[in-house]
Amino acid sequence: MNLIACVAFVPDTATKIVIGGDGKSINETDVKYILSPYDEYGLEEALKVKESQGGTLTVISAGPERTQQGLREALARGADDAVHIDTGDGVLDSNAVAELLAAQIRTMPHDLVFFGKMGVGGDHAQTFAIVAEKLDVPHVSVVIKMEVKDGMIHAEREIEGGHEVVEAPLPCVIAAQKGLNEPRYASLKGIMAAKKKPITVRKPADLGVDPASAIRTVVAKLELPPPRPAAKILTGDPAEAAKELARLLREEAKVI
Amino acid sequence: MPNGILVFIEQRDGKIRKASLEALSEGARLSAKSGKPLAAALVGSGISSEAASLGKFGAQKVFVVDAPAYSLYSSEGYSAALQACAAKADPDILLMAGTAMGRDLSPRLGGRTGWGVADDAVETRIENGKFSVVRPCYSGKARAIVEFVNSPVAVATLRPNVFPQAENPVSAEVITVADPSPKIRAVVKSLESEKGSKLDVAEAEMICSGGRGIKGPENWPVIQDLCDSLGAALGASRAAVDAGWIDHSHQVGQTGKVVSPNLYVACGISGAIQHLAGMSSSKFIVAVNKDPEAPIFKVATYGIVGDLFQVVPALAGEIRKLRAE
Repeated sequence: MNLIACVAFVPDTATKIVIGGDGKSINETDVKYILSPYDEYGLEEALKVKESQGGTLTVISAGPERTQQGLREALARGADDAVHIDTGDGVLDSNAVAELLAAQIRTMPHDLVFFGKMGVGGDHAQTFAIVAEKLDVPHVSVVIKMEVKDGMIHAEREIEGGHEVVEAPLPCVIAAQKGLNEPRYASLKGIMAAKKKPITVRKPADLGVDPASAIRTVVAKLELPPPRPAAKILTGDPAEAAKELARLLREEAKVI
Repeated sequence: MPNGILVFIEQRDGKIRKASLEALSEGARLSAKSGKPLAAALVGSGISSEAASLGKFGAQKVFVVDAPAYSLYSSEGYSAALQACAAKADPDILLMAGTAMGRDLSPRLGGRTGWGVADDAVETRIENGKFSVVRPCYSGKARAIVEFVNSPVAVATLRPNVFPQAENPVSAEVITVADPSPKIRAVVKSLESEKGSKLDVAEAEMICSGGRGIKGPENWPVIQDLCDSLGAALGASRAAVDAGWIDHSHQVGQTGKVVSPNLYVACGISGAIQHLAGMSSSKFIVAVNKDPEAPIFKVATYGIVGDLFQVVPALAGEIRKLRAE
């Protein structure tokens, strides 16, 4: 099988967010970067399919130079090779990233392309679907369970109050949800082996994509959320605090 | 020149989703502000009879694609059908609820058409004729004002339970749109409800969640009792889920569900950033925790510092008393 996992290298979710000088992005000083958590579920599922069905796994990421650290981590977990689409310090949106990824994937055989259901940081849930549409393949998102059999994928997709049972022929794009699997840690052996695995660097121009004209949305301003008023804290006797809280919920908040 | 607001209306089993009425109400607000006409798009099978009722929320026209192929959702099917509605409606703004369907459909539509998509908006604006949205990012630690470029139609999904439903009754003209008969490769074979399903966290107007402070799964009945007194759904923190105390479908937070109910009661939950990301846009937040320094109190509207095993049953009792009045 020809397997692809698209990953993003993003600020750790514990990062304290400081608005940068341009007012449109975060200050990157002292920010720690990690593989986007949902992408880890996609990567893990790709590794599992490779183990059970054979084939090769290529990981792809679009971003600045630091992205290669994320690709090394994915190689250490078991991917065979990697492609870094070097976007330098360009500011891209989901559509531009999707065009770059699709342009790269089109040059390779692909049976299953894995994403996370959402990109942490920007917190967008778009790239997987735009890529699928541009590759003219079906996609299944928010996948909590899947099986590949006889050229088809059988998946469960999480929706409000339950799940959908979905079938799609390969090639297909999958967007993984938490709970699909348990991502592995890279072993020491894997980390050593990763040093020898190839990372091919491509520029957008190599792929025939001009990121600036592929952008459809821009962040005009990034701000911290408005400060909240302090909580009304009730202490003392639990029974009395509970009674006062119930009264507030009825008379002040009017929710009951 | 494209001009107008088109709101995609989601239905399941022929019933229109509440979140879509919120989106339509927001469309009506923008329509009143800008003078742009407001229309709705409805896709499904055997749903045409629901179309006219959308006039209650301000839709002047309702474009309907009604065919058996759409009885269950498909990204390829629904994006083609919605595109066909948009071709007739000719909007420059396209809104939909950011439900599971909306967040799957909108980017597929974006890929198909090249239209820009801003997802999970909590506010929409039209200023000097320019449409923009405000959306949370970095796990809710920041907000981005997003504008559109090179995009004849601006597509936005709206976070459920943030925008109010408002009736603006007009007489809606129902317009049938021919089935574009797209190829549909990813096929939904069936819908399965969550087993023993009580209220789903993602849909609930009130949620009571338990965290590490409940000490073990044998104590869920304490929280469930509070849920029952309110008619609330049961939620959980990641700590409780990772400990195996409850199924992941109840998890609220960064890697669980993002919810914005009217009331969120956090019991024995410290308030890690990742949990706050999932519930901080709730209208009213109550925290019950024995640690007065717990970060959850920073986002709470009301807090009780105390032992949840005493406070929560007492609260359930007081709520039942008030509701019986």
